[in-house]
Amino acid sequence: MSRNAQNDHLTRLEQTSIHIFREAFANFRSVCMPWSMGKDSNVLIWLARKAFCGKIPFPLLHIDTTYEFPEMYEFREKAKAIHGIDLIVRVNEDAIRRGIGYATHDPVTVTHELKTVPLKAAIDEFKWDALVTGIRRDEDPTRAKERWFSPRSAEGVWDYKDQPPEFWGQFASTAPEGGHVRVQPLLEWTELDIWEYIRRENIPNPTLYFARNGKRFRSLGCHPITHPVDSPASNIDEIIEELKQTRVSERAGRAQDHVGRNAMQALRAKGFM
Amino acid sequence: MSAPSANLSPQTSKSGSTDIEDLRKMHVVVVGHVDHGKSTFVGRLLHDTDSLPNGKIEQVRRNCAAEGMDFEYAFLLDALLEEQEQNITIDTTRIFFRTQKRAYAIIDAPGHKEFLKNMVTGAASASAALLLIDASEGVMDQSRRHAFLLSLLGVKQLVVLVNKMDLVKYDQATYEKIKTEYTAFLKSLGLTAVDFIPIAAKHGENIVNRSQPMSWWKGPTVAEALDNFRHEDDLTGLPLRLPISDIYRFDHRRIIAGRVEAGAIRPGEELIFQPGGRRSTVRTFEDWPGPSREVAGTGDSANFTLTEQIFAERGQVVSHIHNQPRVGREFRARIFWLGKEPLQTNKTYRLRLLTQNVEAVVAKVEKITDAATLESIQATSVPRDSICEVTIRAARPIAFDLHHECAITGRFAVEDAGRINGGGIILEARTEKTTREGKVTSAERAARAGHAPAVIWFTGLSGSGKSTIAENVERRLFDAGRQVVRVDGDDLRTALNRDLGFSAADRAESVRRASAVAGLFANAGKITLVTLIAPLAADRAKARAALANHPFIEVFVDAPLEICESRDVKGLYAKARRGEIAEFTGITSPYEAPESPEVHIRTDKVSTDEAVKLVLDALDKIQESKAEDWEV
Ligand SMILES: Nc1nc2c(ncn2[C@@H]2O[C@H](COP(=O)(O)OP(=O)(O)O)[C@@H](O)[C@H]2O)c(=O)[nH]1
Ligand SMILES: [Mg+2]
Repeated sequence: MSRNAQNDHLTRLEQTSIHIFREAFANFRSVCMPWSMGKDSNVLIWLARKAFCGKIPFPLLHIDTTYEFPEMYEFREKAKAIHGIDLIVRVNEDAIRRGIGYATHDPVTVTHELKTVPLKAAIDEFKWDALVTGIRRDEDPTRAKERWFSPRSAEGVWDYKDQPPEFWGQFASTAPEGGHVRVQPLLEWTELDIWEYIRRENIPNPTLYFARNGKRFRSLGCHPITHPVDSPASNIDEIIEELKQTRVSERAGRAQDHVGRNAMQALRAKGFM
Repeated sequence: MSAPSANLSPQTSKSGSTDIEDLRKMHVVVVGHVDHGKSTFVGRLLHDTDSLPNGKIEQVRRNCAAEGMDFEYAFLLDALLEEQEQNITIDTTRIFFRTQKRAYAIIDAPGHKEFLKNMVTGAASASAALLLIDASEGVMDQSRRHAFLLSLLGVKQLVVLVNKMDLVKYDQATYEKIKTEYTAFLKSLGLTAVDFIPIAAKHGENIVNRSQPMSWWKGPTVAEALDNFRHEDDLTGLPLRLPISDIYRFDHRRIIAGRVEAGAIRPGEELIFQPGGRRSTVRTFEDWPGPSREVAGTGDSANFTLTEQIFAERGQVVSHIHNQPRVGREFRARIFWLGKEPLQTNKTYRLRLLTQNVEAVVAKVEKITDAATLESIQATSVPRDSICEVTIRAARPIAFDLHHECAITGRFAVEDAGRINGGGIILEARTEKTTREGKVTSAERAARAGHAPAVIWFTGLSGSGKSTIAENVERRLFDAGRQVVRVDGDDLRTALNRDLGFSAADRAESVRRASAVAGLFANAGKITLVTLIAPLAADRAKARAALANHPFIEVFVDAPLEICESRDVKGLYAKARRGEIAEFTGITSPYEAPESPEVHIRTDKVSTDEAVKLVLDALDKIQESKAEDWEV
């Protein structure tokens, strides 16, 4: 693919995502963007700044599981300053007091308690009616069935059996009673697109993605259940070359996806991203 | 990105080289009757093109074995438990994959009647379709209904896959019979299939690899047919259509944001905003992090400022002056209806066309067609999953094109109780009935003017600059096509208020009369500018109360007395100082400065232009929030 051709493809993805951001901001009363500090999340921030001509007009939310890699906290403060982010941080203190953790509990329980539960609590606290998420269709077969605008009930449940139709640029524009709408500007992007875009736009990212001693992280989650993959790729160019060759799926290193059949569906139906 | 891609690379000029085709992802939807093998086909396509991640097939095989189910390629797509248990696709799945030639998004649509809305969702974003027909079962209801929907959704490239040929012993005659029957059906919809390819999805025959038992087939494999699909035409050459998404004022800039749906837009170009018909010129693009682009082409999300600040709002369609969309309230349309409740006449729905969102009714149902049989249905309301021709009447004017002129502005969605339940294409514009019953309402006036009325009340010392600013504001509003009128205190004194002097009581009466006059004008739909010294806070408070049913902007035109006196345009201060005028405000009579005016202008500190802008901005803010209430 020629350089121009690739630019064109990325520009199309970018411009569509910007449109999704703007439609969300115009349609909903109160928008928030959860921020995992991972690559997709960082691309979202960049796109939001482009959509709103420099400054993001809504808050970001970091659900801190307390199991983040130490480097992520450093990155959080750095990125917050660079992008002028209005950041809300939430921890499920109650679950931690109850001793929920990876040493004693299975990953599905911990993910639910430390991510999904505090997310729901924050939504109730701030009364957001739209949440912008960085999920992509190529990550997981259930995500492949997602809409740009995906309503969630007051309990955070995804009614995947009865999703609203979406065509000709018309989306679900009102949240269900007491619920919210997930807005998903990156649906059409692939992992490779993300990295090519990061390279093109020079978007800041944690260095955990780059190989040290022959291993690197392809997807970042809680450190006890996120495993690095064998890779010599120590810079963006090398990551891009690697992705063009690879046959290993991206979330292979994320344990909570692989606990039994349809673990991801079960997590997501209950409100996980 | 607006440049036609064919110009990007030199080696492409002659033969349309592969490099070009790489640019864009081709979206292909897979449709057809339930169980005709769509999901199996997509799974097999991924498998045969070597597009699955390591271990994926083995994982699905293991899961199936554990549950005691036969392995199905369909499970690669049908990822939901319910889907696997019932062996049926509930919602569309989009899978990305590449051939040598280019990247694809394959959209596996559900074939079950129950999930037609999901099929529409998948098909609406596709440039081409593969329609599967089970050779042993032949053409069924959804085979026909899906084709009808494809024609309405504007998916023009179609390849039919005659699947499960293994079940009919690869018999060419069976294939030919289906081809003949279905070709005739497609013809009645104005569609033609590029090809009919005989396949056996489950066994991977004629998908990537040619089938041994069907050596009689000399046409393309499915993979070859995919690579022959063409991208839809680039719309950059069409007239500009840019629906406004939003107007941003995060800082001093007022930025219009919207996606270019057709055509292109550049700084310096004169634009017209419909409905409303106001004009302005693109000043700059405001791209972050910069530098700003020089042109925004089709598909670009643009953000620009204007040279003239005119009233603009979400929903309006921006175009060039010489090639505008139509504006009207009534049109004839063909609608596909997906709602559980039938579509009814004289019930209020919301019509969504790009970023426009208005109330509308179906004034008349002309024809209802069963999409599976093409037979017409005799009914007064439109049942679920059928297609109808209707007359639609919107509550207020909208901007649109006829579908055959510009598809993107010629189609709309119908929303009922917050859910999108149907879609339609516009066939013909209707001129609306001009005679209506009853007295003219303020909403009707606002709809015609394109804006709500307002009262802008300028108060301040003699010589502070009230009239100068008001005259300039009037000029700007008038030129922008707005209904505006100016009521000047001096003019009132020569006629209506001839009997009044300058005592406190007379001043109170003068303010009362001025507010009464302003009220009449505002009731008639005008933006009314009042310039009156109105020195006493109590009198002004009464005026505001009397005009409470209109937006009211108090503008305090403020300059120190010495400055007003030094200006002394009418020589009044000199007279007052000489004692020739009694009770002159500021000299021998008090002026109570407003405590919280909507706009405060220090005319000794800002230019007239800046002052005018402050007033116009305040008005714009009010009118944008009022625009919602225009509906008639
Ligand atoms: N014999 C045979 N069976 C097939 C073929 N393609 C699909 N099937 C079977 O038809 C059934 C329905 O397939 P599925 O892909 O779920 O159909 P869909 O509803 O159109 O997505 C499954 O049991 C498949 O194994 C084929 O080429 N030959
Ligand atoms: Mg299926």
